[in-house]
Order: sequence, then structure tokens, then C-alpha cells
Amino acid sequence: MRTLDQVVTEFPFFAGMEPEHLELIAGCAKNVRFQAGERLFREGHPADTFYVVRRGRVALEMFVPPRGAITIETIEPGETVGWSWLFPPYLWHFDARAAELVRAVAFDGACLRQKLQSDSVLGYELLSRFAQLLIDRLQATRLQLLDVYGDRPRN
Amino acid sequence: MNSGTGAMKDTRTAPTSGVIGPQGLEALVRSLAGRGYRVVGPLLRDGAIVYDDLASADDLPAGWTEVQEAATYRLERRDDDARFGYPVGPHSWKRFLLPADVRLWQARRRNGGPPEIVEEPPPDQPFAFIGVRSCDLHAIAVQDRVFLEGAYLDRDYAARRGDAFLVAVNCGTPGGTCFCASMGTGPRAESGYDLALTEILEGGHRFLVEAGSERGAEVLAELGAREATGGDIEAALRVSHEAAHRMGRRLEADGLRDLLARNVEHPRFTDVADRCLTCGNCTLVCPTCFCTSVDDVNVLGGDAAERRRRWDSCFSVGYSYIHGGSVRPSARGRYRQWLTHKFGTWIDQFGTSGCVGCGRCITWCPVGIDVTEELAAIRVADGEVDHAHA
Amino acid sequence: MAIAPATEPLSAPGAMTPEPFRVLRRRRETADTWTFELEPVGGEPVVPAPGQFTMLYAFGVGEVPISSSGDPTAGGPLVHTVRAVGAVTEAICRTKPGGILGVRGPFGTSWPVEEACGCDLVIVAGGIGLAPLRPALYQALADRGAYGTVVLLVGARTPGDLLYAKELERWRGRFDLDVAVTVDNAGGGWQGRVGVVPRLVAGAGFDPASAVALVCGPEIMIRYTAAALLERGVPKERIYISLERSMHCGLGHCGHCQLGPVLVCRDGPVFRLDDIEPLLGVREL
Repeated sequence: MRTLDQVVTEFPFFAGMEPEHLELIAGCAKNVRFQAGERLFREGHPADTFYVVRRGRVALEMFVPPRGAITIETIEPGETVGWSWLFPPYLWHFDARAAELVRAVAFDGACLRQKLQSDSVLGYELLSRFAQLLIDRLQATRLQLLDVYGDRPRN
Repeated sequence: MNSGTGAMKDTRTAPTSGVIGPQGLEALVRSLAGRGYRVVGPLLRDGAIVYDDLASADDLPAGWTEVQEAATYRLERRDDDARFGYPVGPHSWKRFLLPADVRLWQARRRNGGPPEIVEEPPPDQPFAFIGVRSCDLHAIAVQDRVFLEGAYLDRDYAARRGDAFLVAVNCGTPGGTCFCASMGTGPRAESGYDLALTEILEGGHRFLVEAGSERGAEVLAELGAREATGGDIEAALRVSHEAAHRMGRRLEADGLRDLLARNVEHPRFTDVADRCLTCGNCTLVCPTCFCTSVDDVNVLGGDAAERRRRWDSCFSVGYSYIHGGSVRPSARGRYRQWLTHKFGTWIDQFGTSGCVGCGRCITWCPVGIDVTEELAAIRVADGEVDHAHA
Repeated sequence: MAIAPATEPLSAPGAMTPEPFRVLRRRRETADTWTFELEPVGGEPVVPAPGQFTMLYAFGVGEVPISSSGDPTAGGPLVHTVRAVGAVTEAICRTKPGGILGVRGPFGTSWPVEEACGCDLVIVAGGIGLAPLRPALYQALADRGAYGTVVLLVGARTPGDLLYAKELERWRGRFDLDVAVTVDNAGGGWQGRVGVVPRLVAGAGFDPASAVALVCGPEIMIRYTAAALLERGVPKERIYISLERSMHCGLGHCGHCQLGPVLVCRDGPVFRLDDIEPLLGVREL
């Protein structure tokens, strides 16, 4: 039976980090669970957490009147949700909802933010990983924006 | 001479030759017409020497020549009455072999059943072309590769081409934009003809006639030709030899395919795009350009339809249209397509160069773009890249 | 010099003459896409290999290249999935069962399904790109034992744009086929993945060292999917893509489908990535 500490150190997202940093991060972690349909966070609310999904699917949504909630991306097991905790104003940029039963590890962003102030190496390590995450999301978003399958103009 | 197009097949039979005077040309036209050919050849019309039906040898532009330069074409009188004293005009033989607008088939809807499709029959009269220059013989062979030697046969082209009787003429008066010598496609016709004429002006106006096929020899026998002497043959060879040294243009043709393949983003394409009007004149006059579009049209309110094939040009924006846009929207892209296809990728696609050095594109370009100059400029700056457009 | 005239018998139609085919069945796939089952009216059947296309003709309107989308192993009617995007495809899509369409072909190169025997097979389809790939999947499933892992990755604009929805469900239910589906965006009711197709490649369960990938869809999707496959370690020589260009004849005679040195109707539409990649990288080629 693995401890939460072990689980955290095995996340690919943190691969390559120093053991002391991993310990510190694991210390800010806890297991969480969301029922299908339950909201993880809401656009505009304070962002003090990030999650690594272990099981299930998280839908990132934006509310577009009059269409309603549009899923703009889904997060699968092994992937990380939430970068808003790392950048001012520390507010969520969209909604997140469990598309099915979700088990995840939640990390206390508020606590980590304080630790980053005094440990710049930890700050660099986390920032570079989240930067890569943002790059991937940006590329994907651009492709989605191009609407490559979209209605073609008439011949 | 540089490497040729390689498209010609050697069909020389046992040499049969003779010499006729200018009157013998009338006998030639009579003989061909008598065999049921539709005789076409050069004649004067609308300020140019064009190819059209010849009623008699009197229709030939005796005593005329063409002065050709970049963006320049005019007729001038000669001081002799040479029948073929000019290079090539705006027409090429694709006018007859690959007509600009041809119906492929007609279809009529029938009650309750599939439409009945009737293919267009080929023209009932085979052609006899009089005055096919060596460059144009090569051009015909280049188009043969496209339409007869691929996986699919173009029936209309095959029918027109198959029975065509070709009377070649060996050039004595090359033009200001000619560069067949550089392309290895002339000025002397080597093969691919039924008869070849060389007009000799010195020592008496006469024509050396050489047969290139059995039926050519049969026609020759009806012309009342006298035997060719060694002097006649030497004079004929002299005509070709001198013509080869009076080419208006020259082109270094070696390695053009690779040169163009490695210079797709050359600044010269940006440069020429500033001048090119994308009018497509070059593709109209080029004897090898073969691009066509297929038009399906409704006739008489919906119960009948037909399919037509029309000349098209890679210079038009719509040519490469798919999915709401053209693959080549810019003039740069389209000029590059034409030039690199003609001299480069044509070889990859069909095994020969697409250019036969006739010079028509230079003469008929309204702004005088000269392919020999453009290619030389690319060669001189081999490897340069236009980073703004690449 | 005379070249022997065409020796085809006059009774055989020329290569530009369509054969009449009757629509047996027409099924609506999405708001603008239909699948047709066609049988010849009295003539020979047309049996395209996976990846090949025919020129489909709507009487009096025009002709377009459409990939075959049916099962090459079943010996049944000719199947085409057509998206209505212009005058000709709209006319085709309006044709009801009993109606007549013209067919010429089949033309072009095919997916290397047989050559991929012994390998893992990764099929990646974007939008209407699933139609030309379906025959390849059918062919592989008909000889399932010859392959390692078979993976199908499908992307579409929205859930309503997914082709062959019922079949997708059946394929997902198989134990010998891994299926992952994603859409670019989705409203309420869709509980599946949302995101771009290349993302599916990273997590798919195949062995790059022994995989052959077949990719079809919009050219930009092909580009990014190929990048994702390369990142996973699939070599360029084992990635195959299908391209489109303007086509008028399908015979290599009209010149429209040129892409540098190749004619897409004759040397494609299926290409190996290492052969075609340098050409795809040149704008406006």
C-alpha cells in the first residue's frame, strides 16, 4: 500500500526534481475525490490549488451565453489541472467539473506560493514544468481555434 | 549541344530523299489532300504567321519573316521568296492535337434509366501538318508522353495524333528568342517525321526532301523530285549548321532539374513576380503546356449534359483551388510553379524536360520575361533564399 | 511517322466517361455528410483498394474525387461518404436511393495495410478523414491475427460531427481494438474527451518501434499528428498520410494535382511521410 508521499514522487509531472523538493510538495498534498458532475473550481474564484488526476476525467468548461457550458478541454489520468494558482491575480480562468468519478491529488497552492518566495530553485523547477504545460495547452488551443474541420466556404 | 529532351524515338527507315523546286510544294499539298488529309500549315493572318488550313502552297507566307524579341513580334519582308523563312509564331500544333475546347461526351437523361452517354467521335479527317519545326516535333513527342504513354490514354489526343502526317521543316531562319540548340531539340529534325524539308536558297531555290517513314516515301514518290546530289545534301546541312549558330538565346541546360529543386525559395521568384502579370500568355503559346480543365455543363434545361475539356493555365488563381482557398494565391507561387515544372519537375513526372527551346514564351510575354535570363539568374545565385517569402 | 491509334475496343468507354451507378442506400452521418452504397447499372463493379478514390459525377453538375469508405473484403456495393461543401457534393448528397451517379476509377495509391502485417497499426483520423481510413481498418480487422496492437484515434469538430457513430461504439466494444475519440469542443451531454487529435497519440498504447501509422484529415491536423507520432518514436518511413489537391481528370492528364514532382492522382493520394514531407514544407508548392 503506497503512501501519498510515494504516489506524489512517482508523478511524471515532477520527474527530475530533488528529493527535498518532492518531500516539500508531498507535504502540501492530499487525496481528493469528486463525484460525477461535481465542480472542482469555478471561473473567477480564488485559485489556491492544483490537481494531478489519478483516475477519471475532468472537463474544463467556459460558460458561453446562450450556448451554456462548453467543454474546451478534458484532462485525463496522469495530467495536471490548474496553473492559475501560480500567477497573479490567482483567480481561476475557467470552470472545472468532474465528467465522471474523479480521484486526484490536490496540492495546496497557497502554501506552496509562500515556500517559493524563499526557495527560488523550487520556484524555477515548478515554473518550468507549468510553463511546459501552458505551451502544450496553447498549441492545442490554437489548433482548436483554427476550426480545421469546420464548415468550408462554397466552391 | 546540351542534353536533349530524350523524347524522340528514332524511326528512320532506309533513307529516301529527293530535291524539288518551290512548285513541288503544290504537288505535296495536292498529294496529301488527295489522300484525304486535312492539310494545315503556316499562313499570314492578323499580322502574324499562324497555322491553319492550307488550300494550296500559294497560301504559304512566301518572302516573309518574323522579327522576334522579348515582348516583340512583327512581320518583315525578306528580299527573297523563301516559303519557310521565319521561326515559329504564336500557334503550335497543340491547336489541332489538343484543341482549346473540345466536347468529350454528351449525355441525355432517359425516363427511369441511367443517362445515355455518347462519346464525341474523333475528327473524321486525319491531319497533315506542313512546316513542323524540330522544336515542335520534340514538343509533340513531349505531349505524347503525357497522353499516350502513362497509365491512361487520352482518346481524343490519340485519335488526332495517331494518323497525323508530319512534314517537318528544318529551320533556316532562327529567331531572336530561339534556343533549341541549347535544349538539344534542333534546329535539325532527327526523327519523328514522315517527310522533312530543308529549304535551300543558295545556288537555286530548292528543297531537299527526306522521307522518315514508309508513307513519307510514298508521298515523296509523287512529287516529281530529282535525285539529291552530294552538293544538295551538303547545302542542306549547311543551312542547319548556320541556323544552330544564329540562335537568339542560349541556355545552360545541364542539371536544371536539380538546380530548381534546391532553389524553391530563390529571391529571383520574388523578383519576377513583380513583373509577371499572371496573364498566362506563356502557357497559351507554349507547345508543351497541356493543362486542361473539365467542364460539366447542363444543356437545354436539365435533361441533357455534356463534358468539355478546355485549356487551363497554372497562372490562374482558381487553378489550384481546394477547400475554400487556392494552394498558390500569389504570383510568385504561380510563376515558380510554371518555371519549375517546365524545366524541372516535368522530368520527374514524365521523364523528359517540358521545354523545347522554341522561345514563344519570351516573345509573347507582354512584359518580356525571358526564361533563359531567369534561369541564368538562379544559377548564378545558386543557394540564395528569400527569407521574407520562404 | 504514325503512332498506332488507340486499340481499345470502341465499346469500352474512354477514361473520361463515367459509368452509371445506382444509389442503393443513403445514410445520413451528420448534418452535412452522407454515406452512399452504389451498384453498377449493368457494368462491371468498381473495387477500390483502401485509400483509393473514384471521380463521382452528378448529372449536369460536375465531378469530384471522393475516397472509397467501404469494406474492401466484403464484396458488396461501392461505398462513398460525401460531405456537402459545394455545388457538386450538394448535388450528390441530394441523390436519393434509385438515383444515378457516375463513377470513374478507382484511382491512386492505397494504404499499405498488407505491408503492415506483423506490426502495430495506428490509425489516426480527423473529421472526414475517417472515411478514407475506414476501409483500411476493415481490412486489418478481417485479418486481425496478422497485426499486433491496433489503435484507432478519431477527432472531430463536435460530437455531432463524428462519423459512423454506431460503428464507433461497436469498435470501442471490441477487445482487440483500442479506440480513443476526441472533439474540438462540446456542449453539455458529451462526457468524452475534448482536445485535439495529436494529444491522443501521446497516450495511445502502441509500440513505436514496430508501429505503422496511417493518418488522414485536414493537412494541418496531419502535420501535427505526424509531429506527435515522430515524438513517440515512430520513424518517418512508417507513417503514411493521404493528401488532397484540385483534381479534374484522375488520369495524370490535366495537371491540376501537381505537388512539385508528384501528381497526387497518380503518385498519391497515399504517400509515405519521408517521401512527401519536404514538399509539404514549401508554402504554395
